[in-house]
Amino acid sequence: MTTETAPTPQTSVAEDVPQPGPRFAVSALVENLRDYGLVLALIAIMVFFQFTTGGTLFKPVNLSNLVQQNSFIIVMALGMLLVIVAGHIDLSVGSVAGFVGALAATMMVIWPLGILSNPLVVSIICLIVGGAIGAAQGYWIAYHRIPSFIVTLAGMLTFRGMCQALLGGGSSVGPLPDPFKQLSSGFIPDITGSIMLIPPVVNAAGKTIVGSGLTLHSTTLIIGALGVLAYVYFGLRARRTRERHGYEAEPFALFAVKTVVIGTLALFLVYQFATYKGLPIVLVVMAALIALFVFITKKTTIGRRVYAMGGNAKAAQLSGIKTDRLTLLVFINMGVLSALGGLIIAARLGQAVPAAGLGSELDVIAAVFIGGASAMGGVGQVAGSVVGGFIMGVMNNGMSIMGVNVDWQQVVKGLVLLGAVVFDVYNKNKG
Amino acid sequence: MTSTILEMRDITKTFPGVKALSNVNLSVEEGEIHAVVGENGAGKSTLMKVLSGVYPAGSYDGKIIYRGQVCHFKGIHDSERLGIVIIHQELALVPMLSIAENIFLGNEHAKYGVIDWNANETRTAALLKKVGLSEDPKTLITDIGVGKQQLVEIAKALSKEVRLLILDEPTASLSEKDSQALLDLLLEFKRQGITSILISHKLNEVSRVADHVTIIRDGQTIETLDKSQISEDRIITSMVGRPLEDRFPPRDPKIGDTVFEVRKWSVYHPIHAERQVIKGIDVTVKRGEVVGIAGLMGAGRTEFAMSLFGRSYGRRITGEVLLNGKPIDISSVGKAVEHGIAYVTEDRKTYGLNLIDHIKHNITLANLGGVSRHAVIDDLRELDVANDYRGRTNIRSSSVYQKTGNLSGGNQQKVVLSKWLFANPDVLILDEPTRGIDVGAKYEIYTIIARLASEGKAVIVISSEMPELLGVSDRIYVMNEGRMVGEMAASDASQEKIMRAIVRGEKAS
Repeated sequence: MTTETAPTPQTSVAEDVPQPGPRFAVSALVENLRDYGLVLALIAIMVFFQFTTGGTLFKPVNLSNLVQQNSFIIVMALGMLLVIVAGHIDLSVGSVAGFVGALAATMMVIWPLGILSNPLVVSIICLIVGGAIGAAQGYWIAYHRIPSFIVTLAGMLTFRGMCQALLGGGSSVGPLPDPFKQLSSGFIPDITGSIMLIPPVVNAAGKTIVGSGLTLHSTTLIIGALGVLAYVYFGLRARRTRERHGYEAEPFALFAVKTVVIGTLALFLVYQFATYKGLPIVLVVMAALIALFVFITKKTTIGRRVYAMGGNAKAAQLSGIKTDRLTLLVFINMGVLSALGGLIIAARLGQAVPAAGLGSELDVIAAVFIGGASAMGGVGQVAGSVVGGFIMGVMNNGMSIMGVNVDWQQVVKGLVLLGAVVFDVYNKNKG
Repeated sequence: MTSTILEMRDITKTFPGVKALSNVNLSVEEGEIHAVVGENGAGKSTLMKVLSGVYPAGSYDGKIIYRGQVCHFKGIHDSERLGIVIIHQELALVPMLSIAENIFLGNEHAKYGVIDWNANETRTAALLKKVGLSEDPKTLITDIGVGKQQLVEIAKALSKEVRLLILDEPTASLSEKDSQALLDLLLEFKRQGITSILISHKLNEVSRVADHVTIIRDGQTIETLDKSQISEDRIITSMVGRPLEDRFPPRDPKIGDTVFEVRKWSVYHPIHAERQVIKGIDVTVKRGEVVGIAGLMGAGRTEFAMSLFGRSYGRRITGEVLLNGKPIDISSVGKAVEHGIAYVTEDRKTYGLNLIDHIKHNITLANLGGVSRHAVIDDLRELDVANDYRGRTNIRSSSVYQKTGNLSGGNQQKVVLSKWLFANPDVLILDEPTRGIDVGAKYEIYTIIARLASEGKAVIVISSEMPELLGVSDRIYVMNEGRMVGEMAASDASQEKIMRAIVRGEKAS
């Protein structure tokens, strides 16, 4: 499912002009390399930390940790991408996540709600509350033209305050029920049975030594293989339909290289997960959301309208797009995803704390900008934001393992954000 | 005797994949008004950017000789220091600052960083007098009309001790009266010894004031004409590379029943609530008919069209709209589009296009339903549609994936038109459809208008260029100060008659 993280290349200018021959292939490759610069940067960063952490980064346990620590940033970045493409910003997401986490914990642990304190029911209610918060903020932005920066700055203060008030000052609320914690720390069940390749070593006391032997989570492998096959199949099918309509597809060699690289990388990661406990549930949730938002932004009319609105709101309006309603929708969506982010944070910590999600709005916004979105609106890709989120996540994780001081981690992250955007702007001006 | 102030020799400028200028030569005499004309995308603006240093020395080949010296401008400051000032089509004024602040922006009379407002304002007043403006230097730019803003730009140029003034399409958004005033000012400058280069599409203006005309086509100098050779026909022939016998395509109007009818339309100003902008207008358009709306700047034509189209302008809108005899509700743009009404804006950059997106996405924007099923867009169908309209309206671009922001004005206009053609309207309102575009592209737009009418659509054309209205319309309404003050068949209309109707209307109101 990691296949979703590859940015779809910007369609090259010469797409429908037939220009066969090796020269075209080379120029297409160069063009695509620029588009894939972000993925290459992520891979370079991963390789760098793989060495500096002495091989810890790619260890199955650490990969699971990495996903579990960063998934809430990426989930919220999906909503933030639409907000930023629409030409707005949302500073309240960290506070909303904190508030919703506090609400969830309070409902499950403190309030005597009976059947309603079931984790699933609580989660659904919390997502609805998130949507309502998004609507409340979006209403002022969409219908009263109050700048989103100001509305969500107010939201940031308000909901952090409400989060702390709900938790009764500085205390935390927990422990949360185990089924709820599965959202962040659980793994998918191995319904097809595990495969033991090398039996674990048993020590003198009769206990197995952790990490010895090799047992594979077969459901994970099957899902991974199916995912890669689907990726190849849909890639080939899209090529064929293009050609049938008489349009030049990208050179086959490039397509093949791209597919093989992405497929292999995906299989490698899936295999790593399979040697541990399988796919984390939160990874499956995240992958499904990423796929959904890639689809929405690339394929649906509503996605197209958001881009058009961000590119030129007046022109969009005069083309019959209801821009105020669309803005409201974008903020409702952001609210729901902030709520989901809050649930994921609470589930990972096993409790609600007053500082949950504090400052995470900046990580989320940074992920989207590293991913190539424009602060002016109208430009940005889901895939880019996801890669941007992983770049932030891998740096956090890698530097923590290396024992870099948290203060300096912030400095490095800040510089990477600036560097990524400078590189992007430089690239655009050159091209 | 006259001497050469500027010579540009063998200027060649290439962008990745495109040769924008190829061995262009331009020779300007001291104290003359030299017009540079050419189709959109011919390379006029590029040439001026080379001259003013926007494209620094080294990024192009060729030589610039200014007042006998070879110049290598590294940036716009270098050229300004030598008295070369360029005034761009898009004005570079800060709307919320005063006239005086704008004129001396970055160049204030100041001592140790403290601005001497008295000196600034006194000098501004003197400069404004030179360009014939009587505004208070403290007036904000946003409070004066676009014609006066243009004059402020020129005053700003004068403050820089200009010797060579370059004006890029200075009259494109000016009314007839303001244009005349501006051209008179250029003639006045000429008497004072200031040389001007005038880039313009309006050939009547060029032939009125220019001493020489250099024609550029496809990045090459075609010829330079002197005063005795200048005629509109000659320039057009040279610009398009072929004699253009008819400026308007032939039409054989087949006019049917009334399709579209507006009754007692009245609109108030969105901010000044007591000001009535449109005062009870009645308009009818028949099937297959092209109806023109003439009027001076500020007559309320755009306001009328935009208030009709989904109430995109104004407040307290009253009146009735009938389509095929039945009243319809077009209180939102979406409803108007659903009823088959389209409005092609006069300001394509602000209201028409998403400039950071490519042609394909712009063309389908007003009718995404036409390329999607269950709100899922069919990419290939969209590509087919975009390529189809690109061919039909003859959009010149490398492909449908070119950003609309990189297209020339004429091609941008064709993209906006394509967008609305794809929405398949029955009633099409075109607001200044040929503003700022060249003769060749104009002809193509007229051809599209003629084709639409022959397909049985009802077309309303709003235009400030009277020859254009007379050329394309079957019937002409004359509008003044929010009222219809005249209606005439195009066959017995003339520029004089239209002007007379306007003047009569002014007296009546």
